[in-house]
Amino acid sequence: MELITNPQTLLDVVRQPWHWAFSGAMIAFVLFLMTWMGRSFGVSTTFKGACTALGAGRRFEFFKTDLKDEYWRFAFVIGGLLGGVIASQFLSSPEPVAISEATVEGLTQLGISYPEADAQGRGFIPTSVFNFSSLKGILLAVAGGFLVGFGARYGDGCTSGHAISGLSHLQLPSLITVIGFFLGGLLMTHVLMPLLIG
Amino acid sequence: MKNISFLAVGVLFGIIMTKSEAISWFRIHEMFRFESFHMYGIIGTAVVFGAIIIAIMKRTRIKTLRQTMVSYTPMKLSIPRHLLAGSIFGLGWALVGCCPGPMYVLLGHGYWIVGMIILGALLGTFTYGVIRRHLPH
Repeated sequence: MELITNPQTLLDVVRQPWHWAFSGAMIAFVLFLMTWMGRSFGVSTTFKGACTALGAGRRFEFFKTDLKDEYWRFAFVIGGLLGGVIASQFLSSPEPVAISEATVEGLTQLGISYPEADAQGRGFIPTSVFNFSSLKGILLAVAGGFLVGFGARYGDGCTSGHAISGLSHLQLPSLITVIGFFLGGLLMTHVLMPLLIG
Repeated sequence: MKNISFLAVGVLFGIIMTKSEAISWFRIHEMFRFESFHMYGIIGTAVVFGAIIIAIMKRTRIKTLRQTMVSYTPMKLSIPRHLLAGSIFGLGWALVGCCPGPMYVLLGHGYWIVGMIILGALLGTFTYGVIRRHLPH
């Protein structure tokens, strides 16, 4: 990671990749804002709301919710999307994501592109795997998304709801869910991924 | 329009997720390979600060903007359910390299393939709603 030396403006400072400690503190600040505004910090519930909006509540009890109570959630994630637009247009780092040498080596062995080699990606998505010209890539994207959506609803929360919000409220169910996140994640990364990709 | 304030916090969240690189598939992959402290540092710092902030808000009995107290409705503790649900989520998280928040942010970055991930997430959510009676809770 090459930091911009002698940053000329505040914008240059913001454009650099942020230190993990500052990033973590800022996420806690978002948790504070959401709590202070009288709401919880949880993203995956918007998928349930989207199912309701698409009519799933007509046949299935689980999706029968009053969408008016969900508007603030939709506003939050639309904001997240806009934040992505703003960050990509005005705040993007001049350098690709600086992952460790060991990870780059592992990816090379798997035949997956890595940030420096990803011309279009800048290191947010391995475009060699996930792209529209690869049927396998599309299927893996849908399947992975399916697991995330299913698991989040089954456990009643995702990374924001359990790992950040739940743990901050010292909730044991959240700790167990986070342990589950890692059991599944380690199994995928070390056992299944070499079989699925590569 | 009170929801505008949530939109604004969302924009901040999207920028934080980008600049922390937490939206990067590669950062998630690196985390599950234990080859960098980066993601552990982010989540750890967020939880430590978050726990302190929540404790202070509860201790000082601060009123939220909706005139409520800061509270959390505890979930029923069910180890099999939470371990199983968490593991299913983790399998997907490690594969697509993003959890729900970053999915929206990445779409904003113009990674249209993430639309397929979100489509999958909606299908997964719908499937859970349909078969939930048959799952251990």
